[in-house]
Amino acid sequence: MTDVLPGGWEMVVGLEVHAELHTATKIFCSCPNRFGDEPNTNVCPVCLGLPGSLPVLNRQVVELAIRLGEALHCEVRPSVFHRKNYFYPDMPKDYQVSQYDQPINTQGWLELPSGKRIGITRAHLEEDTGKSVHEGTTGRLHGSEGSLVDYNRAGVPLLEIVGEPDIADPDEARQYVTELRAILLATGVSDAKMEEGSMRVDANVSVRRAGEPFGTRCEIKNLNSIRSLGRAIEYEARRQVDLLESGGRVRQETRHWDEGDGRTHTLRVKEDADDYRYFPEPDLVPVAPDAEWLGRVMASLPMLPAARRARLADLAGLAHDAEAVVLVVDRGQDELVLATVEAGGDIARTMVHVEHNLAPDAAIAPARLAALTRLEVAGTLTATQAKQVLADIVAAGGDADPAQVAADRGFEAMDTSALEAAVDAAIAAQPDAWAKYCGGEEKAAGALVGAVMKATKGQADGKAVTALLQARRG
Amino acid sequence: MTARTIAGDVRAGRRSARDVVEEHLARIAEREPELHAFNLVLADEARAAADEIDRRVRAGDDPGPLAGVPVALKDNLCTRGIPTTCSSRILEGWRPPYTATVVERIAAAGGVAIGKTNLDEFAMGSSTENSAFGPTRNPLDPSRVPGGSSGGSAAAVAAGFAPLALGSDTGGSIRQPAALCGVVGVKPTYGAVSRYGLVAFASSLDQIGPFAADVADAALLYDLIAGHDPKDSTSIPGAARAVTPALGQGVAGLRVGMVREMREGIDADVLARVDAAAAALEHAGASVEEVSVPAATYGLTAYYLIAPAEASSNLSRYDGVRYGLRVDAADTTQMMAATRAAGFGEEVRRRIMLGTYALSAGYYDAYYGKALKVRRLIARDFDAAYQRVDLLLSATSPSTAFAFGAKTANPLAMYLSDVCTIPSNLAGHPAMSVPFGVGDDGLPVGVQLLAPTLEEATMFRAAAALEEAMR
Repeated sequence: MTDVLPGGWEMVVGLEVHAELHTATKIFCSCPNRFGDEPNTNVCPVCLGLPGSLPVLNRQVVELAIRLGEALHCEVRPSVFHRKNYFYPDMPKDYQVSQYDQPINTQGWLELPSGKRIGITRAHLEEDTGKSVHEGTTGRLHGSEGSLVDYNRAGVPLLEIVGEPDIADPDEARQYVTELRAILLATGVSDAKMEEGSMRVDANVSVRRAGEPFGTRCEIKNLNSIRSLGRAIEYEARRQVDLLESGGRVRQETRHWDEGDGRTHTLRVKEDADDYRYFPEPDLVPVAPDAEWLGRVMASLPMLPAARRARLADLAGLAHDAEAVVLVVDRGQDELVLATVEAGGDIARTMVHVEHNLAPDAAIAPARLAALTRLEVAGTLTATQAKQVLADIVAAGGDADPAQVAADRGFEAMDTSALEAAVDAAIAAQPDAWAKYCGGEEKAAGALVGAVMKATKGQADGKAVTALLQARRG
Repeated sequence: MTARTIAGDVRAGRRSARDVVEEHLARIAEREPELHAFNLVLADEARAAADEIDRRVRAGDDPGPLAGVPVALKDNLCTRGIPTTCSSRILEGWRPPYTATVVERIAAAGGVAIGKTNLDEFAMGSSTENSAFGPTRNPLDPSRVPGGSSGGSAAAVAAGFAPLALGSDTGGSIRQPAALCGVVGVKPTYGAVSRYGLVAFASSLDQIGPFAADVADAALLYDLIAGHDPKDSTSIPGAARAVTPALGQGVAGLRVGMVREMREGIDADVLARVDAAAAALEHAGASVEEVSVPAATYGLTAYYLIAPAEASSNLSRYDGVRYGLRVDAADTTQMMAATRAAGFGEEVRRRIMLGTYALSAGYYDAYYGKALKVRRLIARDFDAAYQRVDLLLSATSPSTAFAFGAKTANPLAMYLSDVCTIPSNLAGHPAMSVPFGVGDDGLPVGVQLLAPTLEEATMFRAAAALEEAMR
């Protein structure tokens, strides 16, 4: 972690993430849950909240909520829907059906690659609102000529995932959101696209001097990317420290992140606690998933990113948060590494190829990759040659024999006499370098090895060349 | 003429549905200007529906058990393409794009929607005086109210505008007007009849139920509308138990309890009819004893916290943004406020404020939370009573029909109209009002039969016995 704040200060960050569930239909009606359609086409009496209409809970919504709950190690409990009452034009009923004191998922945690656990307070179900579009130049309410409302999003199922204030810096916040997104994708709960709004993050940020109680927090909205999230948290924490150090006080408020000027701005001040007059939603019955249902969901969960990282890291003898491990799992290529090793491949060479030489969507048969690494280990191919052979195999559809491809390219391993001749030629051509090398200047070997490589068009094995030089030095 | 007779004649081809509709429209033309039972008479639609039924009969089809029977619909039931106002300015002109489940079931059984009936605005009231479109008059004495909130439906049946009507009952809104107009009115078990398409007042209390001139017609309509609906999450799963087969079973061996707590504040002439009903049931072979439902005493108080609380939320959506009335203003917030101030009547505004207060932070536990506890206590006390008896008996309304304006100045006096009916809504139990003679003023008195959850059949048996005793 880089020191974001001046000495003696620390920040406390808690994130609230809204994830739209990846369901075919909305939470309480059979309208399609689909992004990007013509406004007000995916609507019906229920999601428009027309008088007399009634909600019926979508079973798939509960199923996905349980999936996430299990993936975040939550206690999955019988739950009740409440009404959250407030007037807002893009909310058809002027109340939101949400969960209050009896949410479906509570008390879980999410493990960052570093092994640090961030607590999950709750992950509850609720319905999304519509979207207001303000006519005029800016697209925002201020100065607009009129407003239109699109209710396609009204009634789209959401999980609100409330994290504990366990996050200590912008980097952890980024890791948390990255990891949560990976879990949402792995479990099929959400398509988690921040840019389309199917995953939305609000950050609660406060600062304090080490050892002191929590400071007053501000809630930051409009964080549309993981990059914005990190920048906004850093800016906001510094703003609060500056304010406090200059004798000011932090006011509890909601602030808007402006990506353009890189600052947060006051959106609204919370003078009193909002009174949403929650009460149990009388049009719905409690949701009580039985043990059999929970067991079925649990059994159907895929292996989650943290476990996949651990599995790969242990195989490769690396740390769980090693960059290569995080990257390969994030790209979903860990299965390829496992299968390659299973097929007799060398783990170190496999990791190098998968991390650096294979695009995430590149197809390659694990047995072919395994054979390639064996040729490298045996000294038949150099690293440079192997990389070229691999590219040829992928270009040919992923199932070509590496030995054949190498032969086609003329990558035969050089016999020792040819190599010795090349080494002797290099020594003769660069007497100064040879003298320095013999005088104990190891770096001087570089020029000699380079000359051999050039002479052999890269087919010489660098290690073998070095060994010959050492032998001649005596 | 009963709905049973009409449907029998139409199905057999002895009478045309069109003739039936014309006869009822003629009666409406004669008295509706005075009574104002309807917000809208569906004359053309009813004629077209009747012609279609006649065509099907001629083609050899059976249009169903309500073939050609005119049915009046309370104007808080959604009807596709037909204005549904809840007797409120705020919904004036709104035409729902869909039809309530109960209305669909009636049409599927061959029933003919004859009109949308007047009500207290959003079903909030006990006299139909709170309608934005003017009150309904009691057909038996036009100087008196018909009761409410389903006053238009009760009056329509009492005036012979339709043999059957639907109402909604949140705290007595079917039973009390039925009593005041001298007809049968039924509030089914909560969840027995789908609420889909009923504009909500208080969702956990609202139930749709039938009005009819006699018990067997009420049973006919109940059997048609009861049963599970996947569109209503609170609808009870499975098929409903039919009550019609129970009508002739008599009451021999039934144990009937007279509710001690439901005698206070009831007019003496009304209580005399309740006692006469008890005697009649005893004479027919039932045993009668006095029982206590202590928590029922707190029913009215709990009701006037829970119902307004839910209403304050249910009625939030009338904000001028999407449909109905809109009063323009400088910004959205002011537009919403102006629309709601202009669109809602005084009683609706009063209840929204009561409910908003009851749910507010810091007051929730003391008001709404406590009311929920009372609700559970009432259910518990009913359960205890039903350990000893099969049915309960009480007055439906504390008095016979009262004069216009008699209670409008004092909301609390009006609220007391429902003191005997509210406990059933809070418990979710079925109850019905059956006409049983007249009071000192010669106006009808209704007695109330109360039963445990889904024991409608037992309740109808006793209702049939009371009706028999009056013959």
